[in-house]
Amino acid sequence: MKHSKNRPVKDILIIDDEDVILQAVKRVAEGYSIDEATDAESALQLVESTSYRLILCDIMMPRMDGFAFLDEFRRRHITIPVIMTTGYSTVENAVQSLTRGAIDFLAKPFTTDELLAVIARGLRCSAMQHKLLTSMANELIYVACPPKFFRLGIGSWVSMEADGTALVGATDYFMKTIDVVTQICLSPESEELHQGNPCAYLESEDHLIHSVLCPLSGKILRSNINLKTEISLIEKDPFFKGWFYRIIPSHVDYEMPNLISCSSDRV
Amino acid sequence: MRFMRKIGFKLIVAAGFTAIVIIGVFSYFNIRSHSKGLLAEVERHANQLSETVKYSTRYDMLLNQRDRISLVIRNIGEQPSIDRIRVMNKSGEIMYSSRDNDIGKMLDKNAESCYACHAADQPLQKLSIPERTRVYRMNEDSSRLMGIINPIYNERSCWEAACHEHAREQTVLGVLDVTMSLEDADRQIKQGELEMVIFAICAFLVISIMLWVFVRKWVVVPVRDLVKATHEVASGNLSYTIKEAEADELGQLARSFNAMTHKLSDARLQLFQSDKMASLGRLAAGVAHEINNPLTGVLTYSSFLLKRTAHQPELQKDLAVIVRETLRSREIVKSLLDFARQSVPKKNESDIHDVIERALTVVDNQITLNHVRLEKDFDTSNPNITIDANQIQQVVINLLVNGADAIGPKGGVIRIATSRVTLSPKGTMQIKRAVCPKRHNLISNDNKIGGLPTIHFIAKHASGELNFHMYPIYGHPKSPDRDLSTVMCPQCRTSLMADDHICPQCGGPTFHFEVPGLGMVESCTRKACNFQKWESVDSAGPREFVEIRIDDSGCGIPQEDLPRIFEPFYTTKGQQGTGLGLAVIWGIVDNHDGTITVSSEVQKGTSFTIRLPVKL
Repeated sequence: MKHSKNRPVKDILIIDDEDVILQAVKRVAEGYSIDEATDAESALQLVESTSYRLILCDIMMPRMDGFAFLDEFRRRHITIPVIMTTGYSTVENAVQSLTRGAIDFLAKPFTTDELLAVIARGLRCSAMQHKLLTSMANELIYVACPPKFFRLGIGSWVSMEADGTALVGATDYFMKTIDVVTQICLSPESEELHQGNPCAYLESEDHLIHSVLCPLSGKILRSNINLKTEISLIEKDPFFKGWFYRIIPSHVDYEMPNLISCSSDRV
Repeated sequence: MRFMRKIGFKLIVAAGFTAIVIIGVFSYFNIRSHSKGLLAEVERHANQLSETVKYSTRYDMLLNQRDRISLVIRNIGEQPSIDRIRVMNKSGEIMYSSRDNDIGKMLDKNAESCYACHAADQPLQKLSIPERTRVYRMNEDSSRLMGIINPIYNERSCWEAACHEHAREQTVLGVLDVTMSLEDADRQIKQGELEMVIFAICAFLVISIMLWVFVRKWVVVPVRDLVKATHEVASGNLSYTIKEAEADELGQLARSFNAMTHKLSDARLQLFQSDKMASLGRLAAGVAHEINNPLTGVLTYSSFLLKRTAHQPELQKDLAVIVRETLRSREIVKSLLDFARQSVPKKNESDIHDVIERALTVVDNQITLNHVRLEKDFDTSNPNITIDANQIQQVVINLLVNGADAIGPKGGVIRIATSRVTLSPKGTMQIKRAVCPKRHNLISNDNKIGGLPTIHFIAKHASGELNFHMYPIYGHPKSPDRDLSTVMCPQCRTSLMADDHICPQCGGPTFHFEVPGLGMVESCTRKACNFQKWESVDSAGPREFVEIRIDDSGCGIPQEDLPRIFEPFYTTKGQQGTGLGLAVIWGIVDNHDGTITVSSEVQKGTSFTIRLPVKL
């Protein structure tokens, strides 16, 4: 990303071919400075001339779709965080988005709160990335996910245990985008979880509800009861004591290709 | 000439020709022996006559009573079958004759009656009977004649007779020549020939007609039915069956043909259904996308207003309704998407009989209400199978309810049976997943062959690159239309060539790809070579299936409706049904790698057969 000083800085660029979505987002997120684009090509032009902190992008668009847009972003080494959204809200689309480098996925139709939560996380994410680029090399901004763990996007992690079960939790990165968690809502035991579907809801101090997308499908064997009494565990030790569920994975073979190995993060 | 190319005509011509040849040869030899016999009879008769004449004139000869001799010869010669009787002396002069104008004529050695003895330089003195006989015509128009000569030898009484006519040294004194008319014999021979020809023609006609009748009944009609059936099937009518098949080979062929079309129509139904579900998926995706966008407008604005009007309770209540109902719409659209995608089943090892029993308790009420008698025939040796018990239970429930509905209030029987069947994986197993070494998906839903998603590769060949779409049924790959040099993943272009392998069928290079969890599939790169090897599936041997069969004695489904019953939104229950029941069942069974087939007869009942693989 080119950092030219005279480029204007704006909070959000929203890309969607439906005018009603553009207007709705602008209305709801009225506190932020927002630009809009109705297709991916014009969005790419806007990114050249303006510095955005966050991009909200539809998947199904004429000509260049959201995935192609993400790929183009990666090719140009643009680091602005992107949140994908679509009306065709299948698990596959959610997982694809996260695998291809989006920081989050928002299914349409969404409520005001859902949108605001996603934007809040996205902007914090953007701020962290900015810090990462400008800070000293040894300053710890977030704890990276341990090697041998796998993650879905940047939000949730899974660790395969020797007994065939798997532990699931939220990454430190994700927790840092939430700031302070006041409440957690977990699914009951023996329920089936599905990769890419929300599996836990975290409420932050600003009363926004944040959903954690499940990294792997499976049946819940146990959930971490310690979180009920000591919720700060998630923030203090998100990769070990702050786990959410122990699950019996059901489709490891199909779903592993969608996950990113945390070992590769350290290269 | 079209009829000349028909099999019936050819058979008749062949058989008719054979009959003509046989009858012809038979007639030829028959007529020949008949005419020989007749001639021999005439010859014997002539010889006898000649001897009779000789002996009856002997005494008169010795007495040299020439008038009496003349009279005897003339009298005998007047008989109708005798042409003439002559007696020649040694010098060839006709001494006596049944015809007066012959007497006194001289015959030379070349005359037909002399030739037999006088052909050689020295005249013969003894002749056998056939040598003494001759058959000839006086002229072209006259009837045939048979002459027999009888030499008159010198005897003691001849040279001692009072007339002293003959010297003692003479051996042959003259010749008695009897000529018989063959007119009668010839007429009989002619008559015989004519009868034979008439017989031959009649036999040929009768054989041809009988052949035509039988060939028509046993060959032409069944073959015509078969040809008609193939035309029907070729034009797409797979429900066509050949009726009234005989017990012979053509009947067997017809029955095999019927079985084949039946199987074919089942297979087409499965393919068609795959395609249907995919279409429905696309439709649902489109609908979801289109509806979700306007819903987003409604939901964001209404939830925004709800948040902004916290201090206006009268507005809050109304807005809460809008938000709640919009969220409900969101769930409906989501479930439509889920239905279309037939979400991945959650499989566990289960006993199919437990699943069926649980389904039976659910529908117990309805079955009892309809006075349905339930018959169970479970093969308890069936192994546990890996299934989503809830989904399969739903399948069984739906089929049982359908059966009870079809039976109606008058009562009937539902029979539910399980058994084990074994089928070979080659030609039946569909490759549903395929990845490159970098785990890129190779399955292409955009390019289908026969309704099935293909396996997509990029391949290099002598003059460039092409997209290669492979048919996903194991053992039936659609071979590439030219020889390929390198086969690659379309996403990362990693080579999939199996470098150290060659095709055992054609010796060409092979490539391979992974089916996650099921090992590697190896395939040939050469055009027109359909070699394919799937080690782990082959080594597992024929696949075992548990078969669940549900028969009801209900009203049945008309034959023309059968191909459509698994279609979404197709219903025969009018307002009562959604038309999704059987479509959902089909989707569930398909997701279990299984198959479902149906057969039905109106007023007799319907039978559903589900096959689920024992091992996935």
